[in-house]
Amino acid sequence: MAKAKFETPELQEYVEVPEVQEGTMAHLSPFVAKPDHNTDLNFPGELVDDWHEKALAKLDDLRGRYRSLQVYLDSCVKCGACTDKCHYFLGTKDPKNMPVGRQDLLRKVYRRYFTLPGKLFPKLVGAEDLTRETLDEWYSYYHQCSQCRRCSVFCPYGIDTAEISMAAREILDSVGYGQKYCNEIIAKLNKIGNNLGLPGPALLDTLEGLEEDVFDETGVEVKFPLDVKGADILLVTPSADFFAEPHVDGLIGYGKVLHEAGISWTLSSYASEAANFGMFIGSYENMRRVSLRIRKAALDLGVKRIVFGECGHAWRVAYAFLNTLAGPFDFLDPDYPVPQHIMEFTWDQIQKGNLNIDKSVNDDMTLTFHDSCNIARATRMGDKPGGQMEIPRNVIKAVCNNFADMHFDTIGEKSFCCGGGGGLLTDDLMEIRVKGALPRMTALKNVIEEEGVTHLAAICAICKSQFSKMLPYYGMEMDQIVSVHQLVSNAIVMTGQKTEEDEED
Amino acid sequence: MAIEADGKSFETDEEGYLVNLNDWIPGIAAVMAKEDDLELTDEHWEIINFLREYYEEYQIAPAVRVLTKAVGKRMGKDKGNSKYLYSLFPYGPGKQACRFAGLPKPTGCI
Repeated sequence: MAKAKFETPELQEYVEVPEVQEGTMAHLSPFVAKPDHNTDLNFPGELVDDWHEKALAKLDDLRGRYRSLQVYLDSCVKCGACTDKCHYFLGTKDPKNMPVGRQDLLRKVYRRYFTLPGKLFPKLVGAEDLTRETLDEWYSYYHQCSQCRRCSVFCPYGIDTAEISMAAREILDSVGYGQKYCNEIIAKLNKIGNNLGLPGPALLDTLEGLEEDVFDETGVEVKFPLDVKGADILLVTPSADFFAEPHVDGLIGYGKVLHEAGISWTLSSYASEAANFGMFIGSYENMRRVSLRIRKAALDLGVKRIVFGECGHAWRVAYAFLNTLAGPFDFLDPDYPVPQHIMEFTWDQIQKGNLNIDKSVNDDMTLTFHDSCNIARATRMGDKPGGQMEIPRNVIKAVCNNFADMHFDTIGEKSFCCGGGGGLLTDDLMEIRVKGALPRMTALKNVIEEEGVTHLAAICAICKSQFSKMLPYYGMEMDQIVSVHQLVSNAIVMTGQKTEEDEED
Repeated sequence: MAIEADGKSFETDEEGYLVNLNDWIPGIAAVMAKEDDLELTDEHWEIINFLREYYEEYQIAPAVRVLTKAVGKRMGKDKGNSKYLYSLFPYGPGKQACRFAGLPKPTGCI
C-alpha cells in the first residue's frame, strides 16, 4: 500500500479563492464496485452494453420522479454565486469541482437529449452528447462531491448540487457502474445489519467489554443492552460507535445518560446501523430497504421510542424521510418526537436537572463545535428553528467550561464539510479528502490560535473518522477530535459513582 | 493483483488485502510490512496473531476497545491504548494490521 502521492495544501490565514486550473482532479476516481455488491443492490453487476440508452432512460425517469431535479437542471443562470463555496474547489482549483461545473456535467447531457434548443443547436446552449468519456467524468467528479449542500445555501435559485450528484450516482448504478465503498457497505448492511459487518456475537462481546470498562472506571453497572424485548427506547447508532475512536466514547456517553435517566433501552443486532448509504447513492429503493430494518426492529422489540445516535446523514434520513420510507410509526409513543436525536434527549435530561454534572472534569480542554452538513442544513433538533445548531452547543456548554466557535462563515448553515461525507470516506479518495478538508482545517487552526481551542467536537461518525485522519495531515493530533457525548461522559457523575477518595481507600 | 511470499503467489485486491483469508502464511505479513517500510517485531506479531484469533471466532476484526484491552492484558497496561498501536502500525491498527493478518478491510464510517 503505497502512500498516495499528492501535496497537502498549506494552511494560510484564510482560504484564498484560487485561480482556476483545468483538470487537476481528473485523474481521481474511486474503485468500482464488484458485481456481487451491485447485484445485491438490484443493479446490473457490470457496465451494461446498452449503457447509453439505459443512462438516458434513467435520467428521464429521475426527472419525472423528482420534480426538484428537473427544476435544478433547468434553472441555473450561471450567476457564479456558488463557484467559491465548495470546499473541494477551494482545495483543488479544478473548475469541475465548482458546484456549477459539477452540475453542468449532467446538465449538458440533459440539454442535448431533453430540450428543444439542445437537440437543434447543441453548441449554442452548452449541450453535449453522452459519450463514454462523459460517463467516466461523471464517475470521477460525482464522487468528488460530499453532498454537503453548502453551495445550495448561496444559490439564489436554491439549486441543490447534492441532489444532482445523487441522481448522477443513481444513473451510474443503473448501468452497472457503481462505487465500491458505498455499494459494498450497503450489501454488507443488508446481510449482517450494519456497515462494518459486525455480527451479533461480536457486537455482544464488544458491548460486554464496554460494560466492564465503565464499571471499572466508575463502579456503576451501566448496561449496554442488546435485543432486549419490551425496552422503552430503541437506540439506533452508527456502527462506528461500536468500533472506532473517538466514536465509542460517545456511545459510552449515551449509555451513561440513559442509565441516569432511568429509562429502559436497547440496541438491536438486526438494525445495528444508523447510517443509510442509500441516500449517498441516490437510490430511493435502497434507502427504503435499509430504513425498513429499523421499523422491523422497533416492532419486534416492542419499543415505544426510537432515538438516533451521533450520525450526520442518518439524522437527515431519520428526521426528513423515515416516516415516508418506513412509516407510519403509529405504534410508537406520540408524546415523544418520532424519531428523537440523542442530543435532544440529553439536553432534555440536563434541563430537567436529572444529570449530575461536574464541568471541571473537562477543564483541560477548550472546545469548538463542527456542524455536520446534513444536520445543519437538512434537519432540525428541538422545536425552534436553528435548534440543530443550538442544542449540541448547549449540551457542550453544559458539560464544559471552555468553548469558542469557529468563524461565523464556517459554522451553522454555512458550515464547511469535513471533506469525507457523502460516500467519500475511503482510502482511494484520500487526495480529495485531504484537499477538501482545507477550509475546515483553516478555520480550526484560526480558532486554536485566537481562542486557545484544544479540541474539535462533532456529532457524526464520518466527520469524526475523517478528522482523526486529516488532523495529522495538517500538523495537528488525531485525538483532537472528540464526540460530544464523550464530553458528557467525562462530566457526568453517576448515582453511586466511586470518587477518587474511594479509590484511595 | 498478487503478492509473492515464500516463493508462492497470493491474490490480493486493489487495496492490497489478501483475497482468501485461508491462504495466509506468516511470510505474507512480512512481505507486506517490508513494502510499508516496517520491520515486524514480536510486538507486531502479538497483535497480528490476536487479530487472526479474534477473526476466527467472530468473523470480524476486533473493535478498537476490544483490541486495546486485549493488548493491555497480554502486553502490559501501559500498552493498552491506541497510541501504542499506532506506534506499531502507523496506518492504523484496524487497516494496516488487518491487512498484514490477512483479514478483510474493515468498512464503514471508520
